[in-house]
Amino acid sequence: MSKRLNLKERYKHMTRLGWETTYQSMDDVFPYDTYEGIKVKDWDAWEDPFRMTMDSYWKYQGEKEKKLYAIIDAFAQNNGHTNLSDGRYLNALKLFLQGVTPLEYQAHRGFAHNGRHMRGEGARVACQMQSLDELRHAQTQIHTISHYNKHFNGFHEFPHWHDRVWYLSVPKSFFDDARTAGPFEFMIAVGFSFEYVLTNLLFVPFMSGAAFNGDLSTVTFGFSAQSDEARHMTLGLEAMKFMLEQHEDNVPIVQRWIDKWTWRGYKVLSLIAAMQDYMLPESPMSWKEAWEVYFEENGGALFNDLARYGIRPPKYLEVCAAEKDHLSHQVWGVLYNYAAPAAMHTWIPDDRKLDWLSEKYPDTFDKYYRPRFLHWREMEKQGKRFYNGSLPMLCQLCQIPMAFTEMDDFTQTCFRTSEYKDDKYHFCSDGCKDIFDYEPEKYVQAWLPVHQIYQGNCGGPTLDDVLKWYQFNVGSDNFDYVGSEDEARWNDLQGKGEKPADKSAA
Amino acid sequence: MQIDIKSLNIKPIRQTYSHVARRIGPDKPASRYQEATFDLQPTTNFHYRPTWQPQYTIYDENRTAIVMDDWYKLLDPRQYYYGNYVMARARQQDAADQNFTFVEKRGLLDLMPDEVKQEVIEFIMPLRHYEWGANMNNTQICTFGYGTAITGPAMFQAADRLGMAQYITRIGLLLSGNETDVLDKAKESWLHAGKWQGLRHVVEDSFVVEDWFELYLLQNFVLDGMLHPLFFDRYEQKLNRQGGAAQAMLTEFMSTWYTESCRWVDKQLSVAAAESDANRELLTQWYGKWIDRACESLMPLAAEMLEDGQQVLDEIRTQLDARASKIGING
Amino acid sequence: MMVDNVFLALQSVDEARYIVEAIEDDNPEAKIEYQPAMMRITAPGRLTIKRSTVSEKMGRDWDPQELQLVLVTFGGNVDETDDEFTLYWGEYSKQD
Repeated sequence: MSKRLNLKERYKHMTRLGWETTYQSMDDVFPYDTYEGIKVKDWDAWEDPFRMTMDSYWKYQGEKEKKLYAIIDAFAQNNGHTNLSDGRYLNALKLFLQGVTPLEYQAHRGFAHNGRHMRGEGARVACQMQSLDELRHAQTQIHTISHYNKHFNGFHEFPHWHDRVWYLSVPKSFFDDARTAGPFEFMIAVGFSFEYVLTNLLFVPFMSGAAFNGDLSTVTFGFSAQSDEARHMTLGLEAMKFMLEQHEDNVPIVQRWIDKWTWRGYKVLSLIAAMQDYMLPESPMSWKEAWEVYFEENGGALFNDLARYGIRPPKYLEVCAAEKDHLSHQVWGVLYNYAAPAAMHTWIPDDRKLDWLSEKYPDTFDKYYRPRFLHWREMEKQGKRFYNGSLPMLCQLCQIPMAFTEMDDFTQTCFRTSEYKDDKYHFCSDGCKDIFDYEPEKYVQAWLPVHQIYQGNCGGPTLDDVLKWYQFNVGSDNFDYVGSEDEARWNDLQGKGEKPADKSAA
Repeated sequence: MQIDIKSLNIKPIRQTYSHVARRIGPDKPASRYQEATFDLQPTTNFHYRPTWQPQYTIYDENRTAIVMDDWYKLLDPRQYYYGNYVMARARQQDAADQNFTFVEKRGLLDLMPDEVKQEVIEFIMPLRHYEWGANMNNTQICTFGYGTAITGPAMFQAADRLGMAQYITRIGLLLSGNETDVLDKAKESWLHAGKWQGLRHVVEDSFVVEDWFELYLLQNFVLDGMLHPLFFDRYEQKLNRQGGAAQAMLTEFMSTWYTESCRWVDKQLSVAAAESDANRELLTQWYGKWIDRACESLMPLAAEMLEDGQQVLDEIRTQLDARASKIGING
Repeated sequence: MMVDNVFLALQSVDEARYIVEAIEDDNPEAKIEYQPAMMRITAPGRLTIKRSTVSEKMGRDWDPQELQLVLVTFGGNVDETDDEFTLYWGEYSKQD
């Protein structure tokens, strides 16, 4: 009679396949897992998060993919794009494909790096599965959105744009930062801060937004991807606990990374905040509500739990708390201003949307932001839709234009500076300045889109030169939604003829 | 709700993404493989240099001496993207599972002579470490390689190798009735038994090969090209003759996998060789450098496993030389 | 002292409904909210999904690893065995 092995024992035998090398030294085989200063006494203490062997991985993932592609096919065959709530919704998807899909790809390569270069086999196997999953996410997103690309603008050059266009340097620099850090910092940056602490703020708004706006295919890929996310969250949490349990000297390093990456992730999410409050014609939940449920409540419970390791909640949470009433409005203002060099459309919300924003943001919207939007609407009515012709100054760290205000004076732009080797660098916040000050030699390297334009590295000095270098179809991919080809096409699909709908009707 | 069918304009304005259209020609619908692969990896304007390798950018063509004017020439003849890859493997694992169940239920292992069982434990079990090494090397190719066309399938290859290490582990547990000391003994052999040391030595040397394309050739062409035919074809035939047919059922995954993998590997190498004489010379030089090492390292194993070990190894070598010259590598 | 909630979100699909029923049976303190396309379950400090209960509800053997087919997100530490999937805050101690 055979002995029975339980799941944990069995999994251990299925993955503890490595050995201490002797013909080459372990430090030559694994050259990158010591220089960050994380001390590991015993890799065998690694707790496997999800115990899945390759054959069950193939089985479950194959099943998920079969279901997903059946829906993607059906969606295309039935022209599912005609069932959206409104053509404006497409811009949320554009932002997703341009800004998020390439990050999934970066995560795929980053986890492959950790899947090779961390010394413990348990950690490596888990990272490799995540690497596969992340490639899945990038590719299924491309396939899902492929149908929209056939019918609308703003999708067709997404990899080219991700490497060049100004607002996309916000997510790109975030991930470049993580990819260029050591393997342990990468685990905290992506595995913990992004996947565990912040992922719900990215996916839940997109997916419930998709569900509310008739986008069946995105709901399906979103939920299907999210089912992998549960594994990723567990890995991030286990990796962090492992570092904390291995040596007390690791605690301050991990804490600094949590502070850094929560702030950096928060800044990237400000684009999502604007998407959620402004791009979704039907909004299931405001940014502020999502922040309260998924960050303050769930994140709060998490950090209470981590207190026993000597970990405190990330720095600057009070800034985030104060900003939650402002963030999406300020960012939408920026996107509205700079709609010419953007591969998506922006617009002034209609009255129904303005009223929804007043209801969701009773303390700030009518006081600070509604008047601004009404003013811009007035200009547009006079045929002078406001496009900011100058180039904004960008934060050296998060690369968002300097548009955030002080939280004790909403008329005053928040502005911080540091000097390094006789040069002055500018930041949008204390959080960004802090990160720079700790590692200036890294962040002076940033490829800041506006600087690059001034230096003549982006096709030439004029807007036309830059847009050509971006490979925009000028007039199709950019500018206001009103009067766009997307709008005309959407109205045509709705049987409303070529004329743009009366957008201010309410 | 009423819809005026005539006014419904559902004709697409483009057939695929622009970067894909530039490669396959305008107005052509693209395959899922093409959309999932072309130009997916970032190529320019990286913000920071890797703190772990400041001499390179995050994605850098200079991590290999092979030069391609377009890395997306290295297409996968199987056209794998994640979805069709996992669905293909799901079917294979289903078949493998049925084989394991069949062998178990029918008590086929009871029919296997003890000395055959011992041989499997002695000569197949340590290969879980070899497969793990192959997993490390393909993961390395994924992280340091250039262009999704080769790095994506490299990650699939890495997953396949982990899968095979696990299938081998399962065979050990099945043969021993879940007595895990067969695994410990196999590791002990891998680490200390004289006959395994040549192989372990070359595997460990592969871990520090810096050029990822050289590593590709070394792992996926040279080492696999010698080892898989030896263990999972020639040696298995011998076990078969001795009443070890069940073993062949349990390693069916490996043999289907190997045939499939060769198609991919040969295509990658032949495209790189066809690109330039310089590439061809490099590949030839690398092949020459590693093939003798590989043969020497397997010699003591072949000699114990098979009566005519030396001759079998020579035959496999001849076949691999022929594969190489077909690819454009001059043996 | 207040105990923080663990939470779990499952897709609104047929399989998940059996899991939710099992959760309700085994975790009397769990609260279930039905949201568009998903169900959100919260419970103070700890939540366990038992293989035996789900299997009984479904009328077939259910493996806790199948949970990932319907899982959307969760909050809490995870422990998974052959027989159950547990979310918890604080130090883990096995309950009967």
